[in-house]
Amino acid sequence: MSNTISIRKGLNIRLVGEAKKEIKDISVSSTVGISPLDFHGLTPKMVVKEGDVVKVGDVLFFDKKEASVKFVSPVSGTVKSIVRGDKRRIMNVLISTDGKQTSKKFDVDKVADFSAEDIKALLLESGFWSAIKQRPLDVIANPNNQPKGFFVSSFDSSPLAPDYDYMLGEDFESLQKGFDALSKLTGDKVHLSSKPNSIFNKIKGVKHHSFDGLHPAGNVGTQMHHIDPVNKGEFVWSMNIQEVAAFGKLLSEGTVQATRKVALTGSELKNPHYITVVKGTEMSAILDKAVEGSNVRYISGNVLTGDQKNLTDFLGHYHNQVTVIPEGNEYKFFLTSGWLGHGFDKFSNSRLFPTFLLPKSKKFTLDTNTNGEERAFVVSGELERVFPFDILPVQLTKAAITQDIDGMENLGIYEVAPEDFALCEYVCTTKINIQEKIRQGLDLIASECM
Amino acid sequence: MKFLEKYLHKMEPHFIKGGKYEKWNPLFETLATFAFTPKLVTTKGTHIRDGVDLKRTMFTVVIALIPCLLFGIYNTGHWEYAVAEGNRDIPYFAEMGTKFLTGLTIVLPVVVVSYGVGLTIEFIFGMLRGHSLHEGFLVSGMLIPLTMPADVPLWMVAIATAFAVIIGKEIFGGTGMNVVNIALTARAFLFFAYPTSMSGDKVWMSGLGDKMSTNSADLDGFSGATALGDLASFMSDKATVAGETVQSSMALQSFSSEYGVWESFVGMIPGSIGETSTLACLIGGLLLVLTGVGSLRIILSFFAGGFIMGLLLNMIGGNAYLDLAAHHHLVIGGFAFGAVFMATDPVTASQTAFGKIIYGFLGGFLAIMIRVLNPAYPEGVFLAILFMNIMAPIIDHYIIQANINRRLKRLKTA
Repeated sequence: MSNTISIRKGLNIRLVGEAKKEIKDISVSSTVGISPLDFHGLTPKMVVKEGDVVKVGDVLFFDKKEASVKFVSPVSGTVKSIVRGDKRRIMNVLISTDGKQTSKKFDVDKVADFSAEDIKALLLESGFWSAIKQRPLDVIANPNNQPKGFFVSSFDSSPLAPDYDYMLGEDFESLQKGFDALSKLTGDKVHLSSKPNSIFNKIKGVKHHSFDGLHPAGNVGTQMHHIDPVNKGEFVWSMNIQEVAAFGKLLSEGTVQATRKVALTGSELKNPHYITVVKGTEMSAILDKAVEGSNVRYISGNVLTGDQKNLTDFLGHYHNQVTVIPEGNEYKFFLTSGWLGHGFDKFSNSRLFPTFLLPKSKKFTLDTNTNGEERAFVVSGELERVFPFDILPVQLTKAAITQDIDGMENLGIYEVAPEDFALCEYVCTTKINIQEKIRQGLDLIASECM
Repeated sequence: MKFLEKYLHKMEPHFIKGGKYEKWNPLFETLATFAFTPKLVTTKGTHIRDGVDLKRTMFTVVIALIPCLLFGIYNTGHWEYAVAEGNRDIPYFAEMGTKFLTGLTIVLPVVVVSYGVGLTIEFIFGMLRGHSLHEGFLVSGMLIPLTMPADVPLWMVAIATAFAVIIGKEIFGGTGMNVVNIALTARAFLFFAYPTSMSGDKVWMSGLGDKMSTNSADLDGFSGATALGDLASFMSDKATVAGETVQSSMALQSFSSEYGVWESFVGMIPGSIGETSTLACLIGGLLLVLTGVGSLRIILSFFAGGFIMGLLLNMIGGNAYLDLAAHHHLVIGGFAFGAVFMATDPVTASQTAFGKIIYGFLGGFLAIMIRVLNPAYPEGVFLAILFMNIMAPIIDHYIIQANINRRLKRLKTA
């Protein structure tokens, strides 16, 4: 057990609408959707066609560039349609569920004797590989690389984040099984970062690290940077802890468990709580009668990195949280609630607003208004206050905007993912979409340097 | 405010693309976004955003400048009064209302001209580029008048502002893109283009120049010199304080009685409109530091740099100017005003945390060095800051390089 690393550069955005600790089951919706767009940079190659019958765990499509990476169905039923967008790009694979959830059986009888190659093959075949992300680039890991470390964060520090200690307390056995397999896969290079008093400190066979402090303490990128930062030419992998538990379940039961625990959060929910739900469930099934008001934004994920959804869309592949907040599409008179208002209703990291005077227990209802228009970089030093990396965030962002490949390489683009810049984007006076700029920079690096 | 919102809604179609006043959209948008924070919502990335925006940031700086402006108005009024009386030693805090009103009639036109010319040019560029007014000039427009001598002709203010906005900022791309500080560009332009109107003994008190040219009898023995002008004379054969020749051995003593540390700190001395009161600058500086708009690193290191240079000069010693106490340097001339409002301009200052300390320190250090050791310019603050504006990217370059080297070193040892 190493010493606790305390993250001081950061920001806990205190929002109204934390999920209460009660779990309700959401029955699977009549249609579920798996969107290849959830996997950045993926070119899918379809295996099934419309009308095919699938079981839980059957392959739907695979990665055209790396055919061993497969994506499976979370439900049993028939493929209803393959929705295509511009240039026939596959936007969504819709499956009509039959409600029976019959599963494909994987051979896990000799799990104890599995070699690293066997585990890799099972991860790829069962679709769990899609849960493993690599840095650099923040995309699905390339199975041909050997990672120098495998990082798992056992807590989420983002606004209204789900509490994994609560969600996975009962799945401890599966979790241990999952971690054992990952250790075998990577040759004992699994790093598990937890809060100081977390139940996950009892997991065996991994290197434990302890983090506390401000968000982004729970982001795996922050943890990598403080444990063993990525250099050019190296790869590290990471996986969400709930996926580790689900993979552990596959190892003991031989079937793909497609249900996840998800936190329903946000100020516009009548009763924020946890749910158990099948991956790819329609948002309307999840939020049925749960939302107050109609001028709201549905987010799959958290308010910093999640995706905007309609009620007819589906829960995102990587998301363990659904957030509903008010839309801010209205004018605000400058003296009352606009740019020159008292600002007690706004949450700001800058001392231009009285947020810093208010008690830490005060929670805020924030809407989606940008609170200003886009401008050039004028203020300096504000991004650095929420960015706990030995990386210069403004300079790296500028290098990404100007497509300066050398600059990005030198300034540390290999270490970062867009989500690391989410807080920067939140606090920045310029209102520039920094995460998008970083993603574009990573895409350029992917095409030119990898 | 609903009726105003409704009115703006009604007018909006005329100003968007295809409307009959399409060309005037930047003007409309500027006014509309001033009155109402627009209904823009996040589209990509984070779904919520911090309340802060550039309007609030810039407005805070304008608020921070108000103590300097108010004091500058009063001080200008006082010295106008002194000229009229032909006596430098009239009581400072008497007939305050009259003095303030007199000062207002002198300062207000300068402020109006600065904003009028600057905003007009900004709007023209906005219309050419199709964007609304970016807020940078709200601050520059107030800084420019405060750096001017009280007697400056308004047409000079106008062309200096035009020069600063066009050459200093807009050709680089507008707010946030400039290399050197806009207000100092305006001042430097006037200083080098019209030196007789920007330095000497006649320009710091309103009305003095006119009176002198008519050789009015009641001005006998009256001097419009500033503290810095007198100090510069200490370096020549004939030391003067407030117009009277003094022996060089007594120079420092009579200087201190004319421009005492306390009087200078409060600002009861002649000088540029807004610069004289260190107290007012510090009140503004306090607001900037508390709100996080101004960098405490820069302000403190700027003062430290000036103080250390002052101490070094004291150690060399040898004449009255070099012997002037280091802390006295910090309260005369534009030192405090430069430290608080000019050096901290985030666009032209160093951007990195450690770079800001170097930048501020060297700025203060050079300001006093130029002030004392350069025979041509009695004041060094604005030149030092402009010089450091040019140097700031080089300072940042080395800080960034150090960061890059740390990463490369990690790669080698890994």
